Amino acid sequence: MNRTGLWIRTGVIVAIFLIGVYLVFGPRHTPTGADFTWTGIKNNLASNINLGLDLKGGSHLVMRVKTEEYLKRLTENNEAAAVQAVKEAKDDAGNPLGVNAEGAAVTDNGNYTVTLTISDPSKAQVVVDAVKKKVDFANWTQSTSGNQVVWNLPKQQQAILKSAARDQAYKIIESRINAFGVKEPLLQLQGSSDSGLILLQMPGLSDPERVKDLIGKESRLELMKIVSPPNPQPVQTYPSEQAALATIGGKNTDTRKVLPYTERDDTTPSINGNTNTAQNQKPTKWVVVETPAVVDGSELRDASATQGRAGGSDYQITFSFKPTGAQKFGDWTGKNIGNYMAVVLNDEVKSAAFIKSQIFDSGEISGKFTKQAADDLALTLKSGALPAAIEYQEERTVGPSLGADSIRAGVEASVGGLVLVVLFMLFYYRGSGINAVVALTLNMLLTIAALVMIGSTLTLPGIAGIILGIGMAVDSNVLIFERIREELRLGYSVPESIGLGFDRAFVTIIDTHVTTIISSVILYMTGSSSIKGFAVTLILGLLINLFTAVFVSRTIFNWELSLYPNRERMSI
Amino acid sequence: MFNLFQNIHIDWLGKRKYFIAFSCCIMIAGLISTIGRQYTPGGTDAFNLGVDFKGGTVVTAKFKGQRPSDDELRAALNKVGVADPVIQASTDKPDEVLIKIPLVENTENEGPSAAQAEAGRATVKQALDTFGKEAEGETSLQDAPDAAYKIVGHDSVGAVAGSKLRNQAVTATLFGLVGILLFIAFRYDWTYAVGAVLAVFHDVLMVVAFFSVFQWEINLTVIAALLTIVGFSVNDSIVIFDRVRENLQFNRTDSLFKITNDSINQTLSRTIITSGLVLLSVLALVLFGGEVLKSFSLALLVGVVLGTYSTIAIASPIAIWWQNKLGDSRVKEVLGPQKGEKLASSSRRSVTRRPVTR
Repeated sequence: MNRTGLWIRTGVIVAIFLIGVYLVFGPRHTPTGADFTWTGIKNNLASNINLGLDLKGGSHLVMRVKTEEYLKRLTENNEAAAVQAVKEAKDDAGNPLGVNAEGAAVTDNGNYTVTLTISDPSKAQVVVDAVKKKVDFANWTQSTSGNQVVWNLPKQQQAILKSAARDQAYKIIESRINAFGVKEPLLQLQGSSDSGLILLQMPGLSDPERVKDLIGKESRLELMKIVSPPNPQPVQTYPSEQAALATIGGKNTDTRKVLPYTERDDTTPSINGNTNTAQNQKPTKWVVVETPAVVDGSELRDASATQGRAGGSDYQITFSFKPTGAQKFGDWTGKNIGNYMAVVLNDEVKSAAFIKSQIFDSGEISGKFTKQAADDLALTLKSGALPAAIEYQEERTVGPSLGADSIRAGVEASVGGLVLVVLFMLFYYRGSGINAVVALTLNMLLTIAALVMIGSTLTLPGIAGIILGIGMAVDSNVLIFERIREELRLGYSVPESIGLGFDRAFVTIIDTHVTTIISSVILYMTGSSSIKGFAVTLILGLLINLFTAVFVSRTIFNWELSLYPNRERMSI
Repeated sequence: MFNLFQNIHIDWLGKRKYFIAFSCCIMIAGLISTIGRQYTPGGTDAFNLGVDFKGGTVVTAKFKGQRPSDDELRAALNKVGVADPVIQASTDKPDEVLIKIPLVENTENEGPSAAQAEAGRATVKQALDTFGKEAEGETSLQDAPDAAYKIVGHDSVGAVAGSKLRNQAVTATLFGLVGILLFIAFRYDWTYAVGAVLAVFHDVLMVVAFFSVFQWEINLTVIAALLTIVGFSVNDSIVIFDRVRENLQFNRTDSLFKITNDSINQTLSRTIITSGLVLLSVLALVLFGGEVLKSFSLALLVGVVLGTYSTIAIASPIAIWWQNKLGDSRVKEVLGPQKGEKLASSSRRSVTRRPVTR
């Protein structure tokens, strides 16, 4: 028996064991005396393992989608579109209608009304037909009196639209928290369908404000033409809102709008969770833009944070369009070479650039973003714009969703079950049972160490994965021991039986483990986050089991053989 | 050396018809339960879905001083007929607690509504009244001297992405099973692969049947349990298939039928010890694991028994039956080197006795 080989194997095992112990119980700071006390170890254990919402609790947020804002914008957009439609409409002979229309949108007290005042009352029906072709007023009630055409959104339709807006916000929030990597959050619609309420529970995070912020970002991106003399003249800006408004007749019109220009700031909101930068920093410049926008965020295909040209710590966001958006954008830029274009985010101009040549598929939002702010903005742009802004109505921290009492009961029952397993192994396999107990203990320690190492969050499905892993670890030991016994019964010597037992059982163990690992990898690739949690712990547990049940257990047997080479019976 | 389960010669495969009949009986019971319950007006639903899947009411209660423990609250809610409430402490406000209960009436299709929220509040109030009076109406908890608690908030909640999550779990598992099918077919044979995967389907369907018949609550933890059952069932099947493959290698005279029976018997001690130990641990979880984990541990308990049973009763008979269909199941004739033919089930990787070198 080669002692040197055995020492090397033992050294490997001890080294891995020590790394495992450090990962699970070790402090992540310079060790002090307190880290070696019982409470110190417990505290370190608790801070090393990330537990999910179901096991540890986290934050409970009730948010409200401001659905009335959504309806308001819808009404205003429809009003602008209706006026535009009348302007562009031609009669059957192909001549302009010759009707002037002035629009008004009313959006208060739950009333959402679009009124068109037309110069020629006799042409009301023609106007209505023209508008209907261009604007979706299908669910609005329409009435005509004199020179006024009125569309009103009935209460029932308001409720339907509000519900749809909440559903849309729900999906976007879901994709944002998943993209950010929040582990197994709980997202539920709350209250009646037009309440706009969404309940989110998520596990304790190191930076909950950032997530809150990420969820609440409206991220409405629009590209608009700036009213300005073309390049090489500088872009036309105004020092105050009034000065800008004065150029378009004192108020925003259906085709012109004044927007603040806050280039070179950071959209990272302050800690109070206010996502609207305009309220935090006073803009110093205003520009006039043409509405409607050339393209908007719904045409985005991708967005990502990239380092600014200067290198250094500034980041910007580059984005690309879907084919339809790229076509629109290309057509427009082709016609507007030399003009200025504004990149508008949530009604604020983020950057203004002149169009050098026809651009089809991509653009960028320049500015002094930090890496984190740029990443967050890119993530929210990709997930789509929220139909309306979000406000937080209730915030609290909550205990585990499985209930602290039942988790305690579950832990006690599991420990009890494990003790029973250990006792049985020692009783049934006697001396060799020690191998199994060492292998099982090491397996659990290393599985948890591996979870800590990859920073995974442990939840109940993850624990189910560990349970199956331990079950298969017990099975591996039983397979090996039963096989050794069989070989002994067939009359082989002790060393031969051990060798044969391991060799034979190894084939079985490899097959069962590889099968389960393959299916778990598929689960990981196709499953949702809770299924991923199950798959990860199971894969780790099985890989570690190949080490503990085969390598470690074999090493212990080999030590026995090496120390007592002439043994004729073994304790199994 | 204890030597239980030695020299056993049970004709497992000879009893396959009884096994299959037994499984069919349970499946039919499950089917009758689901269909019967679904279409009986006013009765229960096919499955007792928890608040995770169908939504319900969330109630925030504030207590004067020390609030009752989770256990006491759960017991009080059980008494008024809420079997599976979710009780969540509010850690920043220790005197408050969040209670989620599933839909009270059969209003599943109407979604969360004000009536639902009120019905849920009334139910919780009924339960909480066992701890003292509520400070009703506008009176705050401090102003009502004889009140013990106040419901400070109640609202209906929807499902936790219920159907989407369920569908995703199902598709992910199906993809996983395809992977298993391909790997077993590669390492063993198609007949074994199909046997093992059908056994998995059998186990999952049976567990679901149990949940319908006994109306155990199905929540998100049950999905985790079902994933575990799939893994356990496949593991068990492979252990026996592996033995069959090995025996085929060394024994070229007996029929496949006998070899499979022998293989089951030879691995019986391992099967009983492993399954027994896992069962023991799961039983501990069922008995002492608390109310919330009950669905999870019951699913595991049933699944462990079935996973073991289905290997013998479903996977092996199907594999052999198919081999029979493919040709003669007598290994001797097919495997004989004089014919040069390869039996579908013959191992692609030989298991040879290796000399012990150390």
